[in-house]
Amino acid sequence: MSNPQQLRYSKEHEWLSTAEDGVATVGITEHAANALGDVVFVQLPEAGTTVSAGETCGELESTKSVSDLYSPVTGEVTEVNEDVVNDPSLVNSAPFEGGWLFKVRVAEEPADLLSADEYTAFSAG
Amino acid sequence: MSSTEPTELRHTALDAVHRSLGATMTDFAGWDMPLRYGSERDEHLAVRTRAGLFDLSHMGEITVTGTDAAALLNHALVGNIASVGVGRARYTMICQADGGILDDLIVYRLAETEYMVVANASNAQVVLDALTERAAGFDAEVRDDRDAYALIAVQGPESPGILKSLTDADLDGLKYYAGLPGTVAGVPALIARTGYTGEDGFELFVRPEHAVELWQALTKAGEGAGLVPCGLSCRDTLRLEAGMPLYGHELTRELTPFDAGLGRVVKFEKEGDFVGREALAEAAARAQENPPRVLVGLVAEGRRVPRAGYAVVAGGEVIGEVTSGAPSPTLGRPIAMAYVDAAHAAPGTEGVGVDIRGTHEPYQVVALPFYKRQK
Repeated sequence: MSNPQQLRYSKEHEWLSTAEDGVATVGITEHAANALGDVVFVQLPEAGTTVSAGETCGELESTKSVSDLYSPVTGEVTEVNEDVVNDPSLVNSAPFEGGWLFKVRVAEEPADLLSADEYTAFSAG
Repeated sequence: MSSTEPTELRHTALDAVHRSLGATMTDFAGWDMPLRYGSERDEHLAVRTRAGLFDLSHMGEITVTGTDAAALLNHALVGNIASVGVGRARYTMICQADGGILDDLIVYRLAETEYMVVANASNAQVVLDALTERAAGFDAEVRDDRDAYALIAVQGPESPGILKSLTDADLDGLKYYAGLPGTVAGVPALIARTGYTGEDGFELFVRPEHAVELWQALTKAGEGAGLVPCGLSCRDTLRLEAGMPLYGHELTRELTPFDAGLGRVVKFEKEGDFVGREALAEAAARAQENPPRVLVGLVAEGRRVPRAGYAVVAGGEVIGEVTSGAPSPTLGRPIAMAYVDAAHAAPGTEGVGVDIRGTHEPYQVVALPFYKRQK
């Protein structure tokens, strides 16, 4: 399992892309997707709402469990991935690509986001 | 994720095989068992359309032998075990004196005076203790055979073909809920046509030292037929679709078989007294007069999944509780089993929902099972 180098990661297993024009993309990692099992339902924050770093902003439902989705940063949601709402299995099949969850205009970033190498070590432990 | 006591987990004879297959393992009743090997949905669909291979070695086998074996089981269990023919199996229950269900069981009659009782892993010790205690005064021996068997199941429409290539046993003559001793891939086995998936299939009880050899032979024999290894996760969605109760969910010590809608397993007409008779007779009368909550099926209109313990609601009132829920790979929607008040139990009842973390999601009441295989 390899975590893309250009992304940064939260300890709640979300990834965050580098912001372009202030907007970053958020998803969950392959490690998290594997741990959940087949994802069957996602509830995402609505575009226009404000999410806060480390706080619940949605739900991921798999065959066996339901997990909270946390936002890795504070900011305004600009877009949600309708494809993943319609086909939640994208979270499992392409967690770093087609299975992205939402885009956020970053207002504030916590200082403790991890690099790919740090996250790899964290999720292995 | 589940939290558990920091006790040493038990491993089945197939543990190394599961790890080499990359299984995600889980603690199940003190056993480290495969939850899934890849996608639980794919495993589920393989069992429905082709075949799946399961390690069920955590199940508890108890052998009962002796002149009074049949009489003992008739006394200890609620079914009429004495009437089970040699080579046949029966679904039954063991109850407390107050009628509460201790476990649901499958009893195989292996010979005139020899039975094998298969208990759920989580209840195996309880069942063993109860049978041992209830054996007092009977000329019968209750033997703990949990370590004597590994259990491998092959389930799905392709399973007869796969098994036939490995055995000379008369599988065509082996009816549903029957078992016979034979040889599979050169390994001595009790071959039973039972399962917990709603499909045709077989359960193979073998000595643990033969488990790996048998697993590998079945894997090879099933290659062309699309057989895949399957974990406990898909076993749960398969049994849920098939409307089969699971101990700890649909069945508990707080319920009698009549409360669970399974009063038919209690055989009052059998010879002799049995543990729980009096309480169960009262439960039956009570159920007749004042219908208890009914176990029904619920099918979601949306995508959110009901979980065990969630409230079933109608008109703002709680009318029941979900006992098991999961996304159904076959129906493509979330489904659940739930106990609901009799007034809301009829299939098609309008206005029933499940409280999913504060939101009342609409659900359709249906008769169980959700899925029945074509014969």
